[in-house]
Amino acid sequence: MHPVLYTVLQRLGLGLLTLFIVSIIIFSSIALLPGDFGQQVLGQAALPETVEAFRRELGLDKPAWLRYIDWIAAVLQGDLGTSFSGRASSGDDASRSVWELVAPRLSNTLFLAGFTALIAVPLSLFLGITAALKRNSIYDRSVNAVTLTTISFPEFFLAYLLIVVLAGIFPTLSNVTPDMSLGDRILKIALPSLTMTLVIVAHMMRMTRAALINLLASPYIEMAQLKGASRAKVIIKHALPNAWAPIATVIAFNLAYLVVGVVVVEVVFVYPGIGQLMVDSVSSRDIPVAQACALIFAATYILLNLIADVVGIVTNPRLLHPR
Amino acid sequence: MSEEPQTYSAAGEVGQVRLRRSYGQRVWIALKKAPISAWFGMIVIAFYAFVAIFGPFLAPYGEAEVFAKADEPWTVFGGDPAHFFGTDQIGRDVLTRLIYGARNTIGIALVTTLLSFLIGGTLGLVAAINRSWLDQILSRGVDVLMSIPSLIFALMLLSIFGSSIPSLVMIIAILDSTRVFRLTRSVAANVVVMDYVEAARLRGEGIGWVMRKEILPNIMPPLVAEFGLRFSFVFLTIASLSFLGLGIQPPTADWGSMVRDGSRFIQFVAYDWTLALPSLLPAGAVALLTVAVNFVVDWFLHKTSGLRDDH
Amino acid sequence: MTTDSGKRGEKGDILVEMKNVEIDGFSDERWHDIVKGVDLTLRRGEVMGLIGESGAGKSTLGKAAMGYAQPGCRIKSGSIIFDGIDLMALSETEKRKLWGSRIAYVAQSAAASFNPAHRLIDQTVEATVDHDISNDSDAKADAVDLYGALQLPDPENIGTRYPHQVSGGQLQRIMTAMAMSPRPDLIIFDEPTTALDVTTQVEVLVAMRDIVEKFNTAAIYITHDLAVVAQMADFIKVLRYGDEVEEAETRQMLSEPKEDYTKSLWSVRALQKEESPSDDIALSIKNVDAAYGNTVKVLHDVSIDIPRGRTVSVVGESGSGKSTTARVITGLLPPMSGSIEFNGEPLPAALKDRNKDQLRRIQMIYQMADTAMNPKQTVAEIIGRPLEFYHDLRGRQRDQKIAELLKMIELDDSFMDRLPGELSGGQKQRICIARALAADPEVIICDEVTSALDQIVQEGILKLLLRLQKELNITYLFITHDIAVVTAISDEIVVMFQGQVVEQGLKSKILAPPFPDYTQLLLSSVPEMDPDWLDKLVDERS
Repeated sequence: MHPVLYTVLQRLGLGLLTLFIVSIIIFSSIALLPGDFGQQVLGQAALPETVEAFRRELGLDKPAWLRYIDWIAAVLQGDLGTSFSGRASSGDDASRSVWELVAPRLSNTLFLAGFTALIAVPLSLFLGITAALKRNSIYDRSVNAVTLTTISFPEFFLAYLLIVVLAGIFPTLSNVTPDMSLGDRILKIALPSLTMTLVIVAHMMRMTRAALINLLASPYIEMAQLKGASRAKVIIKHALPNAWAPIATVIAFNLAYLVVGVVVVEVVFVYPGIGQLMVDSVSSRDIPVAQACALIFAATYILLNLIADVVGIVTNPRLLHPR
Repeated sequence: MSEEPQTYSAAGEVGQVRLRRSYGQRVWIALKKAPISAWFGMIVIAFYAFVAIFGPFLAPYGEAEVFAKADEPWTVFGGDPAHFFGTDQIGRDVLTRLIYGARNTIGIALVTTLLSFLIGGTLGLVAAINRSWLDQILSRGVDVLMSIPSLIFALMLLSIFGSSIPSLVMIIAILDSTRVFRLTRSVAANVVVMDYVEAARLRGEGIGWVMRKEILPNIMPPLVAEFGLRFSFVFLTIASLSFLGLGIQPPTADWGSMVRDGSRFIQFVAYDWTLALPSLLPAGAVALLTVAVNFVVDWFLHKTSGLRDDH
Repeated sequence: MTTDSGKRGEKGDILVEMKNVEIDGFSDERWHDIVKGVDLTLRRGEVMGLIGESGAGKSTLGKAAMGYAQPGCRIKSGSIIFDGIDLMALSETEKRKLWGSRIAYVAQSAAASFNPAHRLIDQTVEATVDHDISNDSDAKADAVDLYGALQLPDPENIGTRYPHQVSGGQLQRIMTAMAMSPRPDLIIFDEPTTALDVTTQVEVLVAMRDIVEKFNTAAIYITHDLAVVAQMADFIKVLRYGDEVEEAETRQMLSEPKEDYTKSLWSVRALQKEESPSDDIALSIKNVDAAYGNTVKVLHDVSIDIPRGRTVSVVGESGSGKSTTARVITGLLPPMSGSIEFNGEPLPAALKDRNKDQLRRIQMIYQMADTAMNPKQTVAEIIGRPLEFYHDLRGRQRDQKIAELLKMIELDDSFMDRLPGELSGGQKQRICIARALAADPEVIICDEVTSALDQIVQEGILKLLLRLQKELNITYLFITHDIAVVTAISDEIVVMFQGQVVEQGLKSKILAPPFPDYTQLLLSSVPEMDPDWLDKLVDERS
């Protein structure tokens, strides 16, 4: 088998294995719940029979591995279970399916994250590359100082700063609804998106710069210069083909960061995304919803890192052209 | 051409000429050469430490003392002199809460970071020395734990264990120790392969001696820098969790929940920007400390390694 | 350009003229002098050797001849005229027009200096095509000819490979082809064979010299090895600490150097130990097979006897298994089979099974003194630890003994509280010797202990080791690839090749014919201080 294919398959297998173990960790969280949990969800007045029925519904009477298989099979078919909220001690069940809760929120979050990435990724690559090329210039130093400050700020501080400065121009509440036009939506997410852009750009620009400086220090770059290649040619022909792996890693790392950073920003701007849903479900201890959100976040995170690694593998000349 | 005497003497060979100085002198010289950002950082950290330690003597009122004049946010245009920064929605003095917040937020973050270093540092060192199945198990376990974003993992665990200070400290310490483990392991692994470690083993030294005398002194600088970075990360995580309402719970004062409390004015900021201050004040307190720590760490890393461009 | 690229000036015209060139380097947040006002004149068709030890500024000066200052350096003052063009006055873009067309560069590490993402032939012709000296297909056809002229195997196809697919010696030759492709007026060779084994070095040297002669190209050849440069250069310039020591024609410099410093460059070669045979075996390795991870076998049936109070040198190229042999003796790598006997008694194979006394009797000194000492411990702590550990010496007694040991290695007790970072390379290696002596050992294993040091320092260390052997009757196992060091220090020699002992015997026997094939190849490949050595060798081998 060609080494590239072999390595990619190996990496995919590892990704799947990680996902599998993560799903076990997330699943087993329910087994860690205290014994009187049914009581807590249903209220103190719940009858023992109701609690028992609830426990049976959760499958707590079955062995753990069997429950896991049931759960993962359901998850793979898109069934994320039923929310704990809306249950009453009387035994009435007004709870909704988790998927129903998650789906609209997920698309909102993807919209926000995607829009941010669209601005942040090109911007930070541009800043990082120019800073690396003009290393130690005033431009480099000032970009460096600003980004070092920005990455030290908590997201909520940046968010409030932006609110103070831009409250007159952009809405401070990002309560989007499905029937809004695209323009209105973008206006509503302007501030949260800007907040995240600031954070991501700072991180990503610094990483891009570091990766590029590392690359430009290679002897073959000096060799290319001493062969009289122009600056542009050195970058495009000699640096770029070897830069895909580090650039992919930087982008994936920061998109993953975006996925997590979204939680706080959504809460600040009351944006109806999956991050806020997770926070709400954690405070109300609605485990199935929290599990589903955690699974989505973790899977995205693992997938992004997987893609970066695969890009690194398929652009590695040593693997592409084996001995 | 060269007029130096050509008689050779080993003692006369030029080493890197460096004057012998005491440890204190060297620290002082390093400090004098520190850039302004590092000085700024150190002064800010000292100020925070002072407030955190002497909080109860500095605060005008008790931590949870409630006054009749509730919900009067601070306005820059002259407020009540008795409550310089105003009161929060149930009538507690904001300045007092800020001072106690320093104590609580910083204290908890510090304990968490120490715990995380204790766990991650020890295991990392052991894994670096004993490159066998133990290293494999620990490293693969850490890989899996790190494949879930730590804030998400923390949220999920908090949903199970509930938000109390001990569970908060434990959860964050364990999740964060994965990063400490990785760093300690990789830094120590670089030292373990050094000839002087091999020389000590060939001499017949025990593993404890090798760890204490040969490895630890040589991995201290990066670990100290990492402590600063981890501390500000843990501090931010705790503040963020409190801001989300899942961290430190009332009536304990802390900056994250104060930001959350202030956020109820958010939709009015467009009309009166000072209404953002109840949130900005504690958020700024958090930001200032993390910036200060980062500045000091940045300088320290430049000082100790000389190379380093990021993180 | 005044002349067209087809044909340039006459042989003997001045090509490069550098006057009073000063170059600074930036480190530790300030500028340091690297080159302190050196003049250099090179004529067409001449090869100049630029020689000096580490820190002499030879490489920096060589690159400056192209008008190039590497990152972190700047050409502070002086003039650099290349074929009538003032390089100091040119912009970066104008200089790039000369680089890769009229001036070419051959770097030390070919493996790192080729871009891993492109085929070798594309990189070979890149500059030629970019500077419109030739079109792509003509340049490639020419490159194939050059590959052939440089004795590369399969010249038609080797260019279609990627850098990681060919060996280091081949890469270095391809890099020479790359430099030659635009038919430059000047080639700068920057330590091109330093990273190669001696047997490979010979092939590369021959190929480089022939092609430079064939096209009558002027060259600056930078190296630290006088014997190598003697084969390549018409005349030699010696640098030290950024200053010129002297310049002379190659033959004249070798026969009658003006400066003492120049002589010290081959001082090690002047050392010669009187061999003395002995049958009193201190340490003996019998039929050892060893492998890393039980899979890759690196030692095959190795047997070596080491007589007491004598020096046995183990020579071989990288991968010959000489360092592995040392690891087996120290117990770091227990052998798969075979045994080690010490004073006639079997020595436990694994480190952990040996007792303190057994450990004490065999000590080790490493190649890199830098990494062999804990940078956080003072000299007193480093030397004092074995005294405490093996001999239970404390306090005043310990300090006294440390002072004694320091004296023994020709240092004084003012060094006691220094850290390794505050010592020079030679001093560091002496401290390592003192640490080994502190154990009061019978056998010391020396693993390439001089190869990281400058010649004059090497000589000092070798003399010290000889004196200590005489005074203390210590047995040395000396691992090295440097034949000059071998003659300087050994009584007996072991030649290793691919994990096997080729032969063992007294120095006089091994270094005299008849030779087994490999010993012959190895010994004949070591450059000699004779400008005709390479020619004679080529004649003999053909």
